[in-house]
Amino acid sequence: MPLGAYLTLAALVFAIGLFGVLTRRNAVGILLGIELMLNAVNINLVAFARFHADLAGIVFTLFTISITVAEVAVGLAIVIVIFRVRRTVEADHLDLLRG
Amino acid sequence: MTAETLAFAGVAVVLLASSLGVVLTPNLFHAVLYLAAALVATGVVFLLLDAPFLFGVQLLLYAGGVVTIVVFAIMLTERLVGTSIRQTSRYLVNGALLSAAVFVGVAGFLVQLPPAAPRPAWPGDLTVAVGRALVGPYAMPFELLGGLLVIALLGALYFARSEP
Repeated sequence: MPLGAYLTLAALVFAIGLFGVLTRRNAVGILLGIELMLNAVNINLVAFARFHADLAGIVFTLFTISITVAEVAVGLAIVIVIFRVRRTVEADHLDLLRG
Repeated sequence: MTAETLAFAGVAVVLLASSLGVVLTPNLFHAVLYLAAALVATGVVFLLLDAPFLFGVQLLLYAGGVVTIVVFAIMLTERLVGTSIRQTSRYLVNGALLSAAVFVGVAGFLVQLPPAAPRPAWPGDLTVAVGRALVGPYAMPFELLGGLLVIALLGALYFARSEP
C-alpha cells in the first residue's frame, strides 16, 4: 500500500476521535476520544518512519505510547477526584472556574 | 489485489468501525470495549508497516494497560453500573461538521503528496535496531521517560489517595 493510504486512514481515525471529544458529555468519554486521536498520530509516525526508512519515527512512537499511558493514569485520577468532590463526571457540570 | 492490499482493507474497515463505535455508542462500557478493538487494529496496522515490536508494545501498554485503567475509572465513577452508565451526546451536527472540516483540511495536504514511492527496505532486524537506538543515541530521552513515568504514577497516587 502507498504512504497515502496509511495517512488517509490515520486522518479518518483522527477526525472520528475529534468528533468524540466534541460530542461526549462524560469526562471518561472525552478521554477515549483523545486516545483515538493519539493513535491516529502514532499510525502517521510509524508510516512516515517506514516509508523513509528512518528509525527516529519508531522510537518516537514508543515514547508517545508510554507518555500516553502516564497521561491516562493522571487524567483518570483527576476524574476520580472530581467525582469524589462534585459527585459527577459530566463535563458540562464542571464549571467551578467559570467567572 | 495482493495479500497486503487485502489485509490493509480488512484492518482499515475494522479500525474505522470500532472507532465509530467508541464515539457513537451510548453505553460507556461498550465504548471502552470498542476502544480495545480499535487499539488492537492499530497494532495490526503497525504489523503491516513491518514494526512487530511496536505491535507488542501496543498490545501490552494500550490494549492491556489503558483499557484496564479506564474500566476501573468507569466502575468507580458510576454509582449504579447499568442504570446511570447511559449517556447522551450533545452538538452532534456541529461536532460532525467540525471533524469533517478537519479531515478535509488534512486531505487537502494528502492529495499534494508526490506520486507513490516504493517502500525502501529496512536495514536489518527492526527490533534489534530499536534496542540499540534506545541505549545509544536515545539513551537520555529513554531515561527521562522512566523518570516521567514514575512522577506521573506518584502524581496519580497523590490525587487519588483517600483523605486522612
